[in-house]
Amino acid sequence: MALLEVADLRVTFPTPDGPVQAVRGVSFQVDRGRTLGIVGESGSGKSVSTQTLMGLTQGARVSGSAKFEGRELIGMPEPELRKLRGAQISMIFQDPLSSLHPLYTVGWQIVEAIRLHEPATTKAQARKRAIEQLGLVGIPQPDRRVDDYPHQFSGGMRQRVMIAMALALNPKLIIADEPTTALDATVQAQILDLMIRLQQEFDTALIMITHDLGVIAGMADEVLVMYAGKPVEHAERREIYYAPHHPYTVGLLESVPSVSGAKDRLRPVPGAPPSLLTPPTGCGFHPRCRYAMPRCPVEEPPLIRGSACWLPRDIVGTGPEAARRRSEAAGR
Amino acid sequence: MWRFVIRRALFGLLVLWLVATTVFLLFFAGPADSVARRLAGPRAPQEVVNQIRDTLGLDRPLTQQYLGFLNKLLHGDLGTSFISQTPVSTLIMASLPATLWLVAGAAALWLTAGVTGGVICATAPRSLRDRLITVTVLAGISLPTFVLGIFMIFLALSVFPWLGLAPGPYIPPLEDIRGFFQVMIMPWITLAVVQAAVYVRLTRGSMLDTLGEDYIRTARAKGAPEHRVTYRHGLRAALTPVVTQFGVDIGALLGGVVVTESVFGLQGLGQLMIRSVRDGDLPVIIGAAVLAAAFIVVANILVDIAYSFLDPRVRLT
Repeated sequence: MALLEVADLRVTFPTPDGPVQAVRGVSFQVDRGRTLGIVGESGSGKSVSTQTLMGLTQGARVSGSAKFEGRELIGMPEPELRKLRGAQISMIFQDPLSSLHPLYTVGWQIVEAIRLHEPATTKAQARKRAIEQLGLVGIPQPDRRVDDYPHQFSGGMRQRVMIAMALALNPKLIIADEPTTALDATVQAQILDLMIRLQQEFDTALIMITHDLGVIAGMADEVLVMYAGKPVEHAERREIYYAPHHPYTVGLLESVPSVSGAKDRLRPVPGAPPSLLTPPTGCGFHPRCRYAMPRCPVEEPPLIRGSACWLPRDIVGTGPEAARRRSEAAGR
Repeated sequence: MWRFVIRRALFGLLVLWLVATTVFLLFFAGPADSVARRLAGPRAPQEVVNQIRDTLGLDRPLTQQYLGFLNKLLHGDLGTSFISQTPVSTLIMASLPATLWLVAGAAALWLTAGVTGGVICATAPRSLRDRLITVTVLAGISLPTFVLGIFMIFLALSVFPWLGLAPGPYIPPLEDIRGFFQVMIMPWITLAVVQAAVYVRLTRGSMLDTLGEDYIRTARAKGAPEHRVTYRHGLRAALTPVVTQFGVDIGALLGGVVVTESVFGLQGLGQLMIRSVRDGDLPVIIGAAVLAAAFIVVANILVDIAYSFLDPRVRLT
């Protein structure tokens, strides 16, 4: 039994314009010490699916199953779910400046996280632990910085504070939602290194949500690529990076800037993500796909052997050769 | 911190000086006889005009008069009322308690009701209870104070006479605490209804903004129960604009709550001011104006200081 098993999760938001189908059937598993990367553009449903697990999507209609240590999270009463939130499963968000409360010291916020779940811990004990946590994530002079407010930290240091708070209760699962998107490139690398180190030290399961395949290249064990609320490719890291099958994954890889390849222009995926009020028929990606075939708008490709695409299974990889074979197979 | 307070206090003094100077020039600039005539009123006999000119020393040079005026002001001497021949400071001190108690009691009511109502609305936007409160608030804002006041007096005298509620005059609480409440409750509610309506809207808007912030999601993700999310995380941050408004309102109202005091016959500063304007009692008008300005200046300084306690990002330098 995996630590977290999600099966056929579906999330719909009722809106005045009609129901928005944000997540349309997602399944994945995460185990202790393992990292799952969830990749997709804005609006692909990657954040919604994880926030739903935590019961943070208010007003949504949810179906499917999500078992944490065998206990069903979907439909779990709020008080029980609350005991898990922050203690067993914690979250790190994108923008640490807006995600930390501006009017309380970072120490207060970490102490709150600890004492919400361990009411028996005294304030002094919790404060001592908060200082330890701040030291653990590499904040210099933690015994002094503990009384500072979030605005007194730099962006990278603030994200370290978020991580310290997320780790304060030694959770079994951490969900990091674009934790480095708001940071400078060099700080990004430091934060990712820190997360890898802490994950190994505490044997935590980690879900990394990102729109940038480059971010998780060095840390994800497996990668789930989402498009329009559905998984389009789900495979081990090597396979995703070296032998991607789905044209959308290929497009994402080609849009990652590389340090050496300065001579090539970036190739963005053409078009924009579809509206989830009226998702496209058949394969959700067909309106933007270079290799769309007549059956693509009609029949929805199932997720078989890690990829949801009608193209022959043996055409994998990036580059002109793979592109030529794909065009041939698609009859273009 | 202290540097800030001192600087703001000096700035406040500057504002007060400007107010005093403006008031002085408004009344005393001009030839001695026409000033004396203006002070005495158009129908006063010539002897009275002459007497005023001599007692106030209006034929001295303007700068000399001005320095004398400032000197007296600094010593708390606001002159003597033309009408009652009592010192202005005595008149003001006699009227101040009624206004102070009126504003203090009403403020407690409207702040509690306004913030509570705002939070109730903001935690369930567009729900039935939100809409009910919003409609009530709209009615509260649209209702003229004197209509509400008269209606309350009608209710008190004809429907609930056994409550013993009565419109004015003001009774000091130390003299007769029961009588004090019987006199003050109606003016408190009247003044609070209009103000509470404003505060419900202010709190609701501020709270809705705050509850959409990322740090509210963080609080939930930490496992904080909903009431803690609403109050410790949400309301704490939403309160800043409310406190600002509160300080400004208190400062302005302490200068005299004209309509409410008049409807309920409370002898407060508002009544004093109305009466002295009607009688052309110049020293009283000047005194009341300077005092009202002082309240506003002090309230603003207090708001600024409160700000630094509420929001650590505001550095007072």
